[in-house]
Amino acid sequence: MKIQSPRDSAKKLLTGIQGFDEITDGGLPRGRTTLVVGGAGSGKTVFALQALVNGARRTTHAEPGLFVAFEESTRQIVTNAAPFGWGLPGLEKKKLFLLDARLSPEVVKAGDFDLVGMLSLLRAKADEMRAKCIVFDGVDVLLSLLDDPIAERRELYRIRDWLAEAGLTGIITQKAGLGEADQRYGFLQFMVDCVVVLRHEVVDGAAFRNLRVMKYRGSDFSGDEFPITLTKEGVQLSHHGPVELQHEVTEERISSGLPRLDHMLRGGYHRGSNVLISGAPGTAKSTLAGLFAAAACQRGERTLYVSFDQAAAQIVRNLCSVGIQLAPHQKSGLLKIYSTRTRGPNIDDQFGDLRAIIHAHRPRCLVIDPLSALSTKLAHAASADASQHFLDSLKVDGITIVNTSLVDGLSVDEATPTRIATIADTWIHVSYVVQDGERNRALTIVKSRGTGHSNQVRELTLSDDGVSLTDVFVAQGKVLMGVARWEWEQEAEATKARSQATSELKRLQLQLAQAEAAARLQVIKTEMEARSAEIAVLALATGSASRLLVTEQAVLRKMRHADEEERPQKRRGTTGRAARNGRGL
Amino acid sequence: MATVDKKPALLLLRLYIAGNAPNSLSAIANARALCEEHFAARHELEIIDLLEHPKKALADGIIVTPTLLRLRPSPVRRVIGNLSDTGKVLSALASK
Repeated sequence: MKIQSPRDSAKKLLTGIQGFDEITDGGLPRGRTTLVVGGAGSGKTVFALQALVNGARRTTHAEPGLFVAFEESTRQIVTNAAPFGWGLPGLEKKKLFLLDARLSPEVVKAGDFDLVGMLSLLRAKADEMRAKCIVFDGVDVLLSLLDDPIAERRELYRIRDWLAEAGLTGIITQKAGLGEADQRYGFLQFMVDCVVVLRHEVVDGAAFRNLRVMKYRGSDFSGDEFPITLTKEGVQLSHHGPVELQHEVTEERISSGLPRLDHMLRGGYHRGSNVLISGAPGTAKSTLAGLFAAAACQRGERTLYVSFDQAAAQIVRNLCSVGIQLAPHQKSGLLKIYSTRTRGPNIDDQFGDLRAIIHAHRPRCLVIDPLSALSTKLAHAASADASQHFLDSLKVDGITIVNTSLVDGLSVDEATPTRIATIADTWIHVSYVVQDGERNRALTIVKSRGTGHSNQVRELTLSDDGVSLTDVFVAQGKVLMGVARWEWEQEAEATKARSQATSELKRLQLQLAQAEAAARLQVIKTEMEARSAEIAVLALATGSASRLLVTEQAVLRKMRHADEEERPQKRRGTTGRAARNGRGL
Repeated sequence: MATVDKKPALLLLRLYIAGNAPNSLSAIANARALCEEHFAARHELEIIDLLEHPKKALADGIIVTPTLLRLRPSPVRRVIGNLSDTGKVLSALASK
């Protein structure tokens, strides 16, 4: 909702009608007259009354209002408005004054009349209540009694001048008849400052209500036609123009409720993202959605579970059978389960209902199961737009949504009738794999924006203990699941055991070889040492032998007393030659 | 500006007008003339200015001005307009 600056609020009157204040940049022109034109059942009265009541029941700066009913009794109006929960009876007297301005059929008209008296009554009442706004609902009913176009015009100008003088914001509703009546009151559109046109049309059997601001003096406005819906809170614009894709993005991840899936998504869903779970009937889409809801409640977040195919009690029971407990959260009020059937052919009404419930429960996490229930209604382009806008608007509110979508075939391409596949940030597809007389569930992540994710197929298994994801086996070009997977797992176990034993044997053999080598090394080392010792011994032996020789010769010479002169000379000569030879070399 | 024309009455009338709006002024004139002419000695005509007595008008369920109420004989009959159509006024006042 737009926040008004003080200057704006001086010029405009917030209607509190979702979407309308946005397209008119703040509501209706204050102190001026607005004309609401539309055919029967287009929602004129509800629109006017809602704008009036929203002002009157505001908790701060409440603006009391008057409602002049020319067509219906005031009691009828209160009764008709009861489902909207505006609390009209409580507002009456102090904040809201309803004037029954119907003339009984027995009234005889004898000559010209005017509204001078009524306007003066209303002025007195407005002053007394400090009213700011007044609605003239179906004034044409009364004025047509004048049976004089000029007199009718005179009275309408009288109303306009009176409004200006009293400083009241006026809303005049007018039936848009076909042909003549339009001509008759056509001037009204020029007289007033703002014209809102409501239109009721039927396309392919689906009823659509549309709203268009045709004119707004002195203000910006969006002149497009917007679908409107009647919800439990009144009229609202389903969407207002192309929503600017501008919402806060966060890095926060929240659990999908299934740890293995979180792991596959590298941490879970992004907060505020839109998750699509598609799959054939019975592929446990609701279970995945239930896991998400339960996990959200466990975190203490308000959660809304909207189901289009199961009653609330049924959902709780079914999820309980796979170990997901929703009942406690329902009791604590965190979780609201809203079960409904798609109603009527108009998807806008459906989204209107949902908006009203979302508005009331204010969930942080939302499950729509299945969104595809609405897809039959989506043939009309407006419906597809509506669903897209609906989801976009939730995104702006930062609500994390898990949608399920029923796909009849096995091809994921068929999951897009709602065009939500393009809106979805994360798309998880669950399919059946039929093999060896078994039907097993295979889960894949088709896409996930902004998160890394596993490209692996996982088998989804449900049991009393809960939901789990298991690796699948790929063997001989086939994905194996169920019993086949189990067999392969057993086989793999055996293979693993065998290979463990084999490697242990190998290890021991290598150890032995190593030990042998080490031993050999030791032998060689010892041998080396022994050889060294031998060499040492040899060296010692050689050294003492030569010393012995010299000593022995000396001793011998001494003992022989030999002529020392001669013999050494001869020897010297020999050695001299040898020395010479040595030098010559 | 409420005035009461006292006559021995069978017919009790109340005319709501709004100040000196043209229709109101002609309604007063028309009512008086009509009463003098047709119910000379047996009517009572009360003229109430709504601008001065809004609560009373509200209680009587007055929507437009001028409005003429036949209070007696019952049931109450209502005639709206400036009473220029004498034929219609007379038939309404005479109806049972």
